[in-house]
Amino acid sequence: MDFQLSEDQQALQEGVRNFCEGRVSSDQLREMEKATFDRELWGELAEMGVFALRVAESEGGLGLGNADAVVVFEELGRCLAPGPLVWSHLLADQVEGAASGECVVGGLDLLGGGNDPVLVEHLDHLDALVVLREDGVFRLSPASLEASPIATPLDPFTPLHHVAELPEGERIGDAGAAQRLRVEGAALAAGLLLGIAEETQALATEYAKGREQFNRPIGSFQAIKHILADMFVRQELARAAVYAAGATLDDPEVGSVARAVSTAKLVAGEAAMKNSRNCVQVHGGMGYTWEMPIHYYLKRTWVLENVFGGAEEHALRVAEEIGERA
Amino acid sequence: MDLRYSESDEAFRKELRAWLAEAVPAHGAPPDAADWTGRRAYDTGWQRKLYDAGFAGVNWPKEYGGRDASLTEQLVYYEEIARAHAPYIGVNFVGILHGGPTLISEGTDEQKERHIGPILRGEQVWCQGFSEPGAGSDLAALKCRAERDGDHYVLNGHKIWTSFAQVADYCELLVRTDPDARKHRGISWLGVPMGLDGMEIRPLPTLTGEGEFSEVFLENVRVPMDCLVGAENDGWRVTNVTLAFERGTAFATDIVVFQEVMRELMGVAKRVTRNDAAAWEDRGLRAEVGHLAAEVEAIWAMVRYTVSEADKTGIPSVAASAVKVYFTELKQRIGETCMRVLGRATLSREDVEGLPCQSFVYEALQSLSMTIAAGSSQIQRNIISERILGLPREPR
Repeated sequence: MDFQLSEDQQALQEGVRNFCEGRVSSDQLREMEKATFDRELWGELAEMGVFALRVAESEGGLGLGNADAVVVFEELGRCLAPGPLVWSHLLADQVEGAASGECVVGGLDLLGGGNDPVLVEHLDHLDALVVLREDGVFRLSPASLEASPIATPLDPFTPLHHVAELPEGERIGDAGAAQRLRVEGAALAAGLLLGIAEETQALATEYAKGREQFNRPIGSFQAIKHILADMFVRQELARAAVYAAGATLDDPEVGSVARAVSTAKLVAGEAAMKNSRNCVQVHGGMGYTWEMPIHYYLKRTWVLENVFGGAEEHALRVAEEIGERA
Repeated sequence: MDLRYSESDEAFRKELRAWLAEAVPAHGAPPDAADWTGRRAYDTGWQRKLYDAGFAGVNWPKEYGGRDASLTEQLVYYEEIARAHAPYIGVNFVGILHGGPTLISEGTDEQKERHIGPILRGEQVWCQGFSEPGAGSDLAALKCRAERDGDHYVLNGHKIWTSFAQVADYCELLVRTDPDARKHRGISWLGVPMGLDGMEIRPLPTLTGEGEFSEVFLENVRVPMDCLVGAENDGWRVTNVTLAFERGTAFATDIVVFQEVMRELMGVAKRVTRNDAAAWEDRGLRAEVGHLAAEVEAIWAMVRYTVSEADKTGIPSVAASAVKVYFTELKQRIGETCMRVLGRATLSREDVEGLPCQSFVYEALQSLSMTIAAGSSQIQRNIISERILGLPREPR
């Protein structure tokens, strides 16, 4: 057992992190908020292999596994890279042009129930839309949808359209494929959430060291230190759970895939939620402003919480898994 | 990133599992908690069997009779003894996990000769005399005095939270040998025989109603100088060397127990009635229990992650404090959910109508000690925020 990043994975992580720091910094994010969709950035992410990561080498991909993918998505989450990253990655070997970034693939997860109303993310920028249903995977043409835009989406980087009538579309995968994509999607979303949990911890810690009140850095007060310590604990728990989900997807004999992935999505979702909320708290009044980027993390977390199953669904799945043996 | 145990780890598991399958039932049921003579015999008898089978001192070096197991083998070891419901380490706790490793690192040849083998074979029981009424989280504030008198120390002081003092042969005792030095500097580590003149042991029952803890009062107790382990006034460092032996592998036992408790809890929830239906029919309860089970799964991943890190770097993971904080608080939350599912039955500490009142109530009560012992959760949060996150230090 060597449950640590391998040298290759460290290099991969570092490469993506360096790219993100140079290309998706918080200043650049603010600019992106005004623009619509950065197709150039999408191309650069594709070039780095974000979408082709798990496509077989014989098909022109990198031939890597889920454990590698969650590490990459952790970094993409950390910098809040916008766009339908998870969907384009998931469908890279099924939708032509997805791996190379030429075709931007978005998706809609209708499994798990309770998805009314139908709100499609990033619709204006999609070349293909994929829908996961109980009976399979369906491909729809984004242009053919009758959709009305939502003027004020919660996450400024996740534009939304409301779709009253969703056409059936072309079936490109069976029910098993839909379930598989959903489980892999949950693991990748958990990776993004882990990155958010880590970045909000880092931002809050940095701020607490510099911000002075009562002639002392606020990070010298135990009331603040212990908030930050808890943020660290949550992030570490989430990291272990997310990496374990990746490793278990790649080698299902080491555990239960369903349990590992549900755990990762649940734990990383809570870590991101609590850490981004605490990040606002530690920043005080400034954390409540639009100007500080803190709210971006909180809002993205909420978007990710509401795809591939939320906390309650995953808790119930774990209960079901273990309950069967009780 | 690989969660798969190696072939040699699995071979070790097979060997251990086969041995436990026979040895555990053969050792019989543990004696009554109040029967200290019986408990000592039971626990040390088990230690002897471990020794004879080559499973004693898994993390001890081979030259001292240990197994010198790799960290992953240690994980396997702790998993398997939990699965087999093997006897708990019990009265051997301090000797095997603390005193022995300290003597291995810091003891003289003569001290090693006197203690190491007997501890490993279950012939010598140790207890710990570190905390004092005025020195808990601030351990280095300890006041117990040791004054030189010829080739003896004369001890005066008051120790508290001494586990198994009633049955111990030796006590690892932290004493102040230089009252004028700064507080971390004037401390020494002594391995003191129990039962000397001037020593008084008073049991200190806990809120669980059981009494493995004692207070130890020392009044002009004369101990020979050769009890000093390490240099005089170097006891703080000597105390900390033990930490180098601790890599968090023992958590594996607790996790296996957690997993069993979660299954037992679900079984109970299917049996007990709430609102005219089985409690398990309640979606909210299922979500709550599933949430706890997911946290158990996650903390198990975290233990393996930190152990792998220690394996790679050779030093204990800095995240050990994070594991401790989360694990102990999780245990308390599991305890509370167990209590709520049993409902009024928990007013009884004896099993009623086949419901596991005894164990659920005991575990819930006992879990309260875990966020206090071995560095309280508040101290752990200070450690995380200062040593890992680099925030300003508390005054010391």
